[in-house]
Amino acid sequence: MSDTFLPVVAGHAEDGRVAPPSTPRNVPYQNGAPNPSAEALRAQFADAVQRVDVVWGETTVFVDRARVLEIVRWLHDDPTQQYDYLSDVTAVEYRDLDRPIEVVWHLRSLPHRRFLRLKTLLPKGQPLAVPSVWDVYKGADWLERECYDMFGIRFEGHPDLRRLLMWEQYKEGYPLRKDFPLRGRFSRSEQLRQILAQNPEAKYSMEELTVLEAFDELSLEQRNRLRSGEKVGE
Amino acid sequence: MGLDTRRVETGVDVSPSSSESWVTTRLDFLVNWGRANSLWPMPFGTACCAIEFMATAASKFDLARFGMERMSFSPRQADVLICAGRVPFKLAPVIRRIWQQMPQPKWCISMGACASSGGMFDNYAVVQGIDTIIPVDVYVPGCPPRPEGLMYGIMMLQEKVKKERMADKSLRNEMEPDPQSQLYIPPSLIDEVSEPFGNAVHQTRSGL
Amino acid sequence: MATTTRTIEVELSTTGLDAQGRPQRVPLATDEAGNLVPMTPAPALEPELEGEHMLINIGPQHPATHGVLRLVLELDGETVVRCVPHIGYLHCGFEKIGEYRQYNQIIPWTDREDYLNSPGNNVAFALGAERLFGIEITERCTVLRVIAMELSRLISHCVWLGTFCIDIGAFTPFLWIFQQRERVYTMLESWIGARLTTTLTRVGGMGADIPDGWTEDLANFIRTFPAVLDECNTMLTKNAIWVGRTVGLGAMSADEAINYGLSGPMLRASGVAYDVRKDFPYLDYETYDFDVPVGQTGDVYDRFLVRMEEMRQSIRILDQALKRLPDGPVNVDDHRVILPPKSKATSDMESMIHHFKQVMEGPRPPIGEAYVAVESPKGEKGYYMVSDGTSKPVRWRIRPPSFVNLSAIPKMVEGHLLSDVIAINASIDIVMGEIDR
Repeated sequence: MSDTFLPVVAGHAEDGRVAPPSTPRNVPYQNGAPNPSAEALRAQFADAVQRVDVVWGETTVFVDRARVLEIVRWLHDDPTQQYDYLSDVTAVEYRDLDRPIEVVWHLRSLPHRRFLRLKTLLPKGQPLAVPSVWDVYKGADWLERECYDMFGIRFEGHPDLRRLLMWEQYKEGYPLRKDFPLRGRFSRSEQLRQILAQNPEAKYSMEELTVLEAFDELSLEQRNRLRSGEKVGE
Repeated sequence: MGLDTRRVETGVDVSPSSSESWVTTRLDFLVNWGRANSLWPMPFGTACCAIEFMATAASKFDLARFGMERMSFSPRQADVLICAGRVPFKLAPVIRRIWQQMPQPKWCISMGACASSGGMFDNYAVVQGIDTIIPVDVYVPGCPPRPEGLMYGIMMLQEKVKKERMADKSLRNEMEPDPQSQLYIPPSLIDEVSEPFGNAVHQTRSGL
Repeated sequence: MATTTRTIEVELSTTGLDAQGRPQRVPLATDEAGNLVPMTPAPALEPELEGEHMLINIGPQHPATHGVLRLVLELDGETVVRCVPHIGYLHCGFEKIGEYRQYNQIIPWTDREDYLNSPGNNVAFALGAERLFGIEITERCTVLRVIAMELSRLISHCVWLGTFCIDIGAFTPFLWIFQQRERVYTMLESWIGARLTTTLTRVGGMGADIPDGWTEDLANFIRTFPAVLDECNTMLTKNAIWVGRTVGLGAMSADEAINYGLSGPMLRASGVAYDVRKDFPYLDYETYDFDVPVGQTGDVYDRFLVRMEEMRQSIRILDQALKRLPDGPVNVDDHRVILPPKSKATSDMESMIHHFKQVMEGPRPPIGEAYVAVESPKGEKGYYMVSDGTSKPVRWRIRPPSFVNLSAIPKMVEGHLLSDVIAINASIDIVMGEIDR
């Protein structure tokens, strides 16, 4: 090892107090040992924790939709939990179309080397909306935008909830929903025609100019031209 | 296939034993010779094929042997567009614009299965072949093609360039398809004939 | 984790380092004796100009964006005031298509998603699927997968080093390092038959065992590769231009880096010793002896140092893996997922039924879900799979490390010069195939 670096034992807290982790072997399908945080969550938020599952050694806590932000903030801030790292935000829709859509948060506690999966259920027929955890984890920004783009789930409180992967004027819907056909709703030539007409790379969108606060600096005439849909930036 | 050894018309006559040495040739031959051996590529690299393209340009395979080491990242100075990688719909206007920005004469190599036909990405997001957007001269198969494959494609393009005639203006015609002409195929018909068949997506005979 | 100041030795002559530790950019003049001296009086600084901000668009097709990233920058003079990244230009619907494929059929897609790290992705996906099926792989397979992952880390870091150098203006390391990459390609090709898109693993085993004599090739590679790293090291690490272009750029503090969800070398450069191989081990990584390099300031230079050191550590792991490579079967003896040998399938009734069921229906995991993360060259790469008991996943989610790393780029570039944006972007080591999926 070159002298630029100091040798470091990974897992920067709890030195020596916990046995070093090892590769999990023969993980039981169900009834494995749950993450201790699940019990702590039950004690803290008895009415908001709906169910705790342990599948393949991973603990899933189903929580009440309205209290997600509160629970995540507690997990992040509480000194006994310290879930300081947000791995992933995503959603799952089942082939059984009556089953609710699940929004999934994968949280990690780097100091305690714990992994916890939070889930909340969004029943069909109701508006798909959950609180955003952007206030707690800045890393949630794009993950939530992607989830919105792919599933149409609104993250309330997200500062800039726009489409991320598809272009902003994409008309066909939310691609990862089960009612979205694999090849898209429109025919291939119609899809191509629409995107060539959109030409999203050639212009700064209205939203973008607003985001950039440059919009206010434009003259009134320019703003009117933009509002009428004229292309700029070419 | 393999490279055939068709005899290329030499086209060059050197004056024998004259004190003032001179050369005669056809203008076509001279121009095409120059063009074919100094094709400046515009690498439109998007995905995996771009990595193989980089490998082709790097030390072992050495694209400089073809007069192509000068990557022209500005389309304004490029001769050949090498589309390396998959082209999703969101990128379709980009590649069309780059093609429009390139000055004539220009050629296009579609590198890899995804650029040529959509490849394994038969879904809502990917253009099924860049030839639905821009004209393509050489298709290089492979996922991704080996550097040797790309070089073979480049050599095929060089042969094509060497056979062009300056008098033939139709080579440089750029036209939008006219719905009135008999050559026009309506988009609905294109969809119908390009509907995939025997694709793995339809493997739903059992087991969902 | 405290941010400390460092002393960086610089070999080329400069007039010293400035407060941020970068070589000073003082205009030099020649005195009577022909020596280079700082110009006196120093040329006047540019007057403060009140000007309008400028909106500038980089990409989606630009040589320095490593693919098809688009950055919209608001500039005040040459300083970036705000940065809005646009992605999705390479969105190919991987996750959607995964819902229409059986588990083994998805593996070719994992090649093409982070295409610099194909063998590593194959291993990661196979680990996830095996968790979902409840399969324990064999000893030999475990070691082979470690070899695949570390080779894959090496070739990915090779591309990062080459393109990073090109972005900063050094071309030679690109040529050197790509020669080494070709050697790995040749080894992978003789192992599995493909250079880039390897499809190396299967659920429950590998696509192929290593061929005879392969270990000698690998041993030879392990012996000679560090010399090339040393060459690059000599060329770059103490080079005044290199240091001047990288030190102090895009620094993230440890808390910020964790909060933004950075992972891999990006996070470790900021001083957080989080490595999935150490903290949530898989493939018996806890039994290998290797160090996790951790930076101090989290700037571009630290990320460079961390990745260079990671390559050396990968060589160490490869060496140990090669020494312990056991004999034995590569694939598990489980006919739910591994096809019986062809000779048995045509002679033995039971084997034929297994063969038929696997080919026609595909292996079916029990109802459940699994999130398996590995340490990819870019960071924590996770595959999250949800099964409803059929042979195709209900949801196949990729947790893309460079997606999350890139999402912090507005934070990193703001306040820096336009030319520094390129260096910062290169230091993130993005792969658009993985970001857009």
